[in-house]
Amino acid sequence: MEKKHILLGLTDSEYDLIKEKLGREPNDLELAMYSVMWSEHCSYKSSRIHLGRLPSASPRVLVGPGENAGVIDVGDNIAVAIRIESHNHPSAIEPYQGAATGAGGIIRDIFTMGARPIALMDPLFTGPPEQPHNAYLLDGIVKGISGYGNSVGVPTVGGNLVFDTCYNQNPLVNVFCLGILPKDRLVLGRASGVGNLVVLLGSSTGRDGIGGVSILASAAFESDQAGDTTSQSSSKRPSVQVGDPYEEKRLIEASLALLDAHLVVAIQDLGGAGLACATSELAARGRVAMDVYLSEIPLRESDMTPPEIMTSESQERMLAIVKPDDFADVQEICKKFEVQASVIGHIVPESSDCPNQLRILTEAGGTVLADIPAATLADEAPKYNREITPPKPLAKLDDMLSASRDPAEIATDGSHHASVPDIAEDILRLLVDPAFVYEQYDHQLFTNTVCGPGEADAAVLKLSAPDIAFTGKALALSSDANPNYCAIDPRLGTAMTVAESALNVACTGAEPIGLVNCLNFGNPEHGEVMWQLSESIDGMAQACRELDIPVVGGNVSLYNSSEGKDILPTPVVAVVGLIESISQKPPIIGLNAEETLILLGQTEHNLCGSAVSRLHEQSSPRAHACNLPRLDLKFHKQLIGFITKLVGAQIGSSNGIPQEIANSTDNLLSYIHDVSFGGIAIALCEMAIKSQCGAIVTGISSVEELFSESPSRVIVCTKFPEKILELSQQYGIPSKVIGSAGGKAVTADNLFTLDLANMSDQFSGYLSTYLKVTDRE
Amino acid sequence: MNPLIKIITFPGTNCEYDAYKQLRFLGAEAELVWHQQSTLGNCSGIILPGGFAHGDYLRPGAIARFSPIMEEVIKFAEAGGPVVGICNGFQVLTECGLLPGALSKNEEMRFICKTVPCVVKSTASVLTSAATGGQELHLPINHGEGNYVCDDATLQYLTTNNMIVLSYTTNVNGSIENIAGITNKIGNVVGLMPHPERAVDPLTGQTDGQVLLKSFIEATK
Repeated sequence: MEKKHILLGLTDSEYDLIKEKLGREPNDLELAMYSVMWSEHCSYKSSRIHLGRLPSASPRVLVGPGENAGVIDVGDNIAVAIRIESHNHPSAIEPYQGAATGAGGIIRDIFTMGARPIALMDPLFTGPPEQPHNAYLLDGIVKGISGYGNSVGVPTVGGNLVFDTCYNQNPLVNVFCLGILPKDRLVLGRASGVGNLVVLLGSSTGRDGIGGVSILASAAFESDQAGDTTSQSSSKRPSVQVGDPYEEKRLIEASLALLDAHLVVAIQDLGGAGLACATSELAARGRVAMDVYLSEIPLRESDMTPPEIMTSESQERMLAIVKPDDFADVQEICKKFEVQASVIGHIVPESSDCPNQLRILTEAGGTVLADIPAATLADEAPKYNREITPPKPLAKLDDMLSASRDPAEIATDGSHHASVPDIAEDILRLLVDPAFVYEQYDHQLFTNTVCGPGEADAAVLKLSAPDIAFTGKALALSSDANPNYCAIDPRLGTAMTVAESALNVACTGAEPIGLVNCLNFGNPEHGEVMWQLSESIDGMAQACRELDIPVVGGNVSLYNSSEGKDILPTPVVAVVGLIESISQKPPIIGLNAEETLILLGQTEHNLCGSAVSRLHEQSSPRAHACNLPRLDLKFHKQLIGFITKLVGAQIGSSNGIPQEIANSTDNLLSYIHDVSFGGIAIALCEMAIKSQCGAIVTGISSVEELFSESPSRVIVCTKFPEKILELSQQYGIPSKVIGSAGGKAVTADNLFTLDLANMSDQFSGYLSTYLKVTDRE
Repeated sequence: MNPLIKIITFPGTNCEYDAYKQLRFLGAEAELVWHQQSTLGNCSGIILPGGFAHGDYLRPGAIARFSPIMEEVIKFAEAGGPVVGICNGFQVLTECGLLPGALSKNEEMRFICKTVPCVVKSTASVLTSAATGGQELHLPINHGEGNYVCDDATLQYLTTNNMIVLSYTTNVNGSIENIAGITNKIGNVVGLMPHPERAVDPLTGQTDGQVLLKSFIEATK
């Protein structure tokens, strides 16, 4: 029989390290607690040595990485808390509950900080929905987020939807949450005060989600040769947690009421690794000793063992530190919201040899079942400097030509060119309207939503909440990813992802002020995956430094693989932007007949890594298969500054707007859209479909120019082309007229013509065609 | 005493602040009332807001009707006081018998959040008196169970007495006769699935909800 620690996911050397930390053999309970706390998911043991390279400082940052959420000052005594997490493996096994509890977990991270959660975004990556299993997963994931998010009362205002066969068995479900708080309600998860009570709030503890972080989230999905994960999926299903949004809604209200009444010293949510995590982190961060009494923990099943109780991931629970004198008031508030509150332990005097000893006892004064320095659980997991193996350079030309059956060719400079046989057909294949997904989400609650999902390049929300009055400011949110680019060049691809996200918020008039990331990668024991991760972090660091965007938090999800292959490297970023003052809705995605289309920024005629190339390639993109378009971060920053001012002036933002823009009485911009997925072709077609207005494209001469996804470009639709051309020249931004809006088709001479009705049907029909089928199964 | 609108809040309700904020924006005085309270106090009108009262356990509205405050709400309604149930509030009104029929799962079995065109079918209610008959209003809907159902006799009763106040121009959720909102016979109790409070502020889009909330505020004076 395999050794216990191996069954729990620990290695022999990790077991030896535990013995060294304790000076003895751990017992079963202690071993269970180490196994979850030292899991990849909780300890970041493979990524931690790399994450330190990300820049996290800015005058606005109140709380950086390492707490439950990052917190950024937005003025007027208001702060925003942001965080993103993955729930990939649970969603692969049980899509509805996996996604639902992903939302629940991230929401708790936000209100733990004292913030009222006011927005979610859900970047989703699945296999193509043409395959029934992928449609089943996507449908379940969306229904899980809809079912939980809507009911818990947090609107889902944005997200992403990416299809690739690399996610067939391993969908990625990332969930971002934003909350806002009066600055003085900010609270950290640091226990203090000898004699204070350890109070468990919320649900009873059950057998759901045991070992979720270690067995599910931190191990490879091994599928049999047919690529079937069904048998192992069902065996791991008990490790998926089950969510109850109604319990969470009451927990939010109770927790915020407790914080408003200053009744808690510290508070921490229970998520991955359950009580083992919350107790050890509270004690370790606060450098205090804590006793926990198992007899006082309300259980759903009376015969649970101590390891089950301490590692259960039952949802909708919080752990608060409360002064004894305040407990009656805590109970009063919890009673109102029908939230269970139980004293399950105490902060106790420190022992002579350890300031933060965590003891688990049968009951107060009872037998000691576990006796561990909390910091060894929370902070002292081994950090691995795993082997990094850069991929072998490809013999580019030969390799590409033999690997791909399409007429693609590589130029001597490594850029990628293609003769696309049917442009119109390709455009239709790239048009996907995510409305089928986001119309299942409440995206309007709190009546803050100025630009909802699908409307603009970023979601725009008035900065207000039930207990925070609107002061004229607004937030812009965008989440982004580009796995194709990252597969070819993880460093540049990730920098491009950051650049796109920052430009997206700028297109709504916002200045980017903070970023969180979710790094979804394959198996870290593979040298090339570690190379991707390390490169990606460097690319993100460089882009964030150049663009002055602090990274205030993140999450790492490793061991993502499908059919025996690691997923494409998928770093997801979410950028928050601030609009200093808003009195009018920003320009959105669309067209106005008879107006002029102007492209700001320059196109590199290079299809490397583009969506249209991917359509014609048989195999997944590989490292260095071609050279991605260049990214000039200095220019990109200049462009972001220009767009922010241009749009900002129009919507009433007074932040550094030059007179020549501010004095304009008319709206200089009618519509705006950044150029990214699918290049100018898809950007223009999306603008056309949204307004049901065609366009005649004149300035585009080649397939490369039409489909290139080179960065730092924006299309605007304007009544005042001369003014825009003049201003952009003044600000050093290249610009050119690329056509005019009008008619019932999008036409680019010699390249393609597509009528609106045809495009619109394809756009809106794609998802429902495949997802509605699952209802009949 | 100034008119004061009471907004009933159950655990799981989530649109109470939006209703509060927009009523005040339109010049009315409003207060939140927790479901455990057994008196309404000074009250000139009641809103049952949207959300998921008691988590929609059992059925939407099924448990909320047993909350202590509901006895007072029913008394107030029966005495002719203006009462409007929005979305989950409409579900509570049908569950407690103040309005006929029921709201079942959307025909396509999916939650729907979008702005849809509606038509005012009757102005003889506290929610539609300031609108004009046939007026088209663009209103946000946000529900998984808004499919209005009733038996033939009830439908006959609703039509004969001019009790359908609002309908969708295209059938979004399977509702019989495209019904989006109904009133009781004397027009003081209205239930509707669309959210007028989400269509007030021009910055967030539509303002077509204003005419409905203004009608209601007028009725409370």
